[in-house]
Amino acid sequence: MAGNSSYNPTNKVEKWFDERLPLLRFSKEHLMDFPSPKNINYWWTFGAVLAVMLVVQIITGIILAMHYTPNIALAFDSVEHIRRNVNYGRIIQGTHAVGASMFFFAVYIHMFRGLYYGSYKAPREILWILGVVIFLLMMATAFMGYVLPWGQMSFWGATVITNLFTAIPVVGEPILSLLIGGFVVDNPTLNRFFSLHYLLPFIIAAVVALHIWALHVPGNGNPTGVEVKSSADTLPFHPYFTMKDLFVVVVFFIPFAWFVFFAPDILGHADNYIEANPFVTPAHIVPEWYLLPFYAMLRAIDFDVFFISAKLGGVIIMFGSIIILMVIPWLDGSKVRSGSFRPMFKPFYWLFVVNFMMLMYLGAQPAEGIYVILSKVGTAYYFGYFLLVLPILARIETPKPLPSSISQAVLDKNK
Amino acid sequence: MNMKKNIFAIFAVIAMLISTAPAMAAAVTGKPAELQKWSFAGVFGTYDTNQLQRGFQVFYEVCSSCHGAKQISFRNFAEPGGPEFSKEQVKALAAEYTIIDPELEEGERTATPADRWPSPFATELEARDANNGALPPDFSVLAKARNLAKKFPMNFYDMATAYQEGGADYIYNFLVNYEDAPHGVEIGDGQSYNAFLGTGISMMSPLMDELVEYDGTDVPLTVEQYAKDVSAFMYWMSDPHLVQRKTIGFNVLIFLSVLALLMYLVKRKIWAGVKH
Amino acid sequence: MATEIKEEPTRRDFLYVTTGAFAAVGGAAAVWPLIDQMNPDASVKALASIEADISAIEVGQSVTFKWRGKPVFVRHRTASEIEEANAVPLEDLRDPATDAERVLAGHEEWLVMVGLCTHLGCVPLGQKPGEEKGEYNGWFCPCHGSHYDSAGRIRKGPAPKNLVLPPFEFLSDTLIKIG
Repeated sequence: MAGNSSYNPTNKVEKWFDERLPLLRFSKEHLMDFPSPKNINYWWTFGAVLAVMLVVQIITGIILAMHYTPNIALAFDSVEHIRRNVNYGRIIQGTHAVGASMFFFAVYIHMFRGLYYGSYKAPREILWILGVVIFLLMMATAFMGYVLPWGQMSFWGATVITNLFTAIPVVGEPILSLLIGGFVVDNPTLNRFFSLHYLLPFIIAAVVALHIWALHVPGNGNPTGVEVKSSADTLPFHPYFTMKDLFVVVVFFIPFAWFVFFAPDILGHADNYIEANPFVTPAHIVPEWYLLPFYAMLRAIDFDVFFISAKLGGVIIMFGSIIILMVIPWLDGSKVRSGSFRPMFKPFYWLFVVNFMMLMYLGAQPAEGIYVILSKVGTAYYFGYFLLVLPILARIETPKPLPSSISQAVLDKNK
Repeated sequence: MNMKKNIFAIFAVIAMLISTAPAMAAAVTGKPAELQKWSFAGVFGTYDTNQLQRGFQVFYEVCSSCHGAKQISFRNFAEPGGPEFSKEQVKALAAEYTIIDPELEEGERTATPADRWPSPFATELEARDANNGALPPDFSVLAKARNLAKKFPMNFYDMATAYQEGGADYIYNFLVNYEDAPHGVEIGDGQSYNAFLGTGISMMSPLMDELVEYDGTDVPLTVEQYAKDVSAFMYWMSDPHLVQRKTIGFNVLIFLSVLALLMYLVKRKIWAGVKH
Repeated sequence: MATEIKEEPTRRDFLYVTTGAFAAVGGAAAVWPLIDQMNPDASVKALASIEADISAIEVGQSVTFKWRGKPVFVRHRTASEIEEANAVPLEDLRDPATDAERVLAGHEEWLVMVGLCTHLGCVPLGQKPGEEKGEYNGWFCPCHGSHYDSAGRIRKGPAPKNLVLPPFEFLSDTLIKIG
């Protein structure tokens, strides 16, 4: 926290305003003064990238909603109408669609940074859990957004994902009809998904506000994992980190623009250019790339365990793979935050990253032969990493000596 | 940083895989696709107006009797970056078609450039009746609804080179690979065998040499040429603003690159006195 | 550590100003598409002008065309209607205009007007045979009782202006382009 406020109203109007609503004081403290460790590296800039991406998605989304029609007879054509006729529609629609991918790309970097540097550890557990909530909301939003163009993948994606709920014993079927408002995915489903797709980003924004609030209580972590000891360890947020973050945002926009302007369809699936047809299922149903690891884990469970059917088991594993993130702060008991000082942790961590990418690859492959076996191995390691590796490492690992302070670490590095 | 090193290692491996992978693409189940050199492919690609005009001629004379293009308005044919027919040509073309308009006393009227390309069949049922039970797909976005299934790492290679024209390759290879069914391959009644798909298909081979007369050019009148031209035309139909999009894209990328450099200098200047 | 560095202020300021200005220009350029998307799109603009075939309209008949979503009245006027319109003294008119100003020279028998009352936008009666034509043998708006004469000029009632003339031209004797 900023501690003693550095904000001094310079004139009567500001003073009057400050006594009634200290908005400028708040902004000064949290957007400008907020002291952050001077040694945080570029992996820390993705929080800012994500904030910008949320704004980009909300603005382009509001615009698309001005031209889009959530009706099964018109939805597909209205999206084509946006691409063909609306002024700059091809670019705005492309930005929104590609933006979803870029958003997830950034969020994965943000999350893997947190996993490497132990950002979830005390006193940042709530900050981390709020992040997982945002991730869940993002997935729900992206899923519903993908339904809106009403192509084949939209329709069958919606069908498959909503059918997951039928795995729940007894209440599964009633929940499904409640969700989709009919016997199959149809116009009522499209209408409510549109409504919710419009609503959820604002809920995400609200949780992001809490996330940032929870960040500003303990302040930023840093690559050494050593807490801030004195003001010599920190720099004010502005201009040091504002300009660093902005630089990265601009750089991030370069691949973003590359896709939007030169290959806007390449991240999507060709089948979504075929209008939804409830009587024909595409040969290979694949979710968007950013959901593939979880999809692979869902499919990896093709066997019954006691009274749990394969179907229910898959659903439990898929949702469990995200819910488990919420309890990592209590699974990883290591006193050392940063992976940089944990020699045994590092190989397991990087194996976890590679394993996640392998699951992503497997999610797009047909569920047969070697792919199924690899999916099972990958799923086992995903859970094993959290449930076995982290708790055991905490007991047996001897970490490298930590620097006495951030300033000391910086001095050592610059020797 | 160790983390950085590891990331670089991963990228290096991906780059190696890409550079050693042969340029190939698997077809659906049939024979491998022969990739064509499309003028509109890649970052600098633009449509070849003459090719689009020839492709339109093939579409108009051959395909359009069964296949519609409901997202296309006649005016699109005169727009820059497309076949660029003159306004008069487009008006004359539109005038050949009739639009059903229940608001009018007569119930129909002559089409204008503002109208959409009318479907050759009034209903799906009518279309199926006329085509032995099969439904000829609409052409508007067909070139994007078809694609070559490319495996890792070729899909990353395509991203890095902005190659998303697999749909045109698909259509070309589909059109030139009608053959007699090999021994032992069963195809349905009234179907033709397509070696690219590796299956029978309801549509007969629509093209043959010298089927369409191209005026005033020495472009060969072959199935391959027709297939190439109509594939290019269909890709244009699916993405009519490709040229404008890429033009804006260049400006955006140049702008972002310069701004990134400036922002880097600003950041460096601000951090100049700080050890971090 | 957070102390400002005061060396070379001009060069540093130059960099900041350049970057700021550059970013501002780019930002403005990025905002324009977000605003322009609200303007009429290409399919709407394509209907900005229509061609109307008037060959089938007999003398004394009227036909309504749809132009930019609005009704356009095209009336093939009789000689007596033209005469009647010319006979009105300008000082009697609320919105003074001669009959010649309301039609194209050489085509005085063709009156082409947007069929929306200038009061509050209702569609006046008088197009179809047997409809109320008002006290001045032209058009009558049933909403608030505005009367228009045979040149579409306001003569009585709350409307402030004559019926609006759309831009139009004769492509041939039987074909007009509106808009």
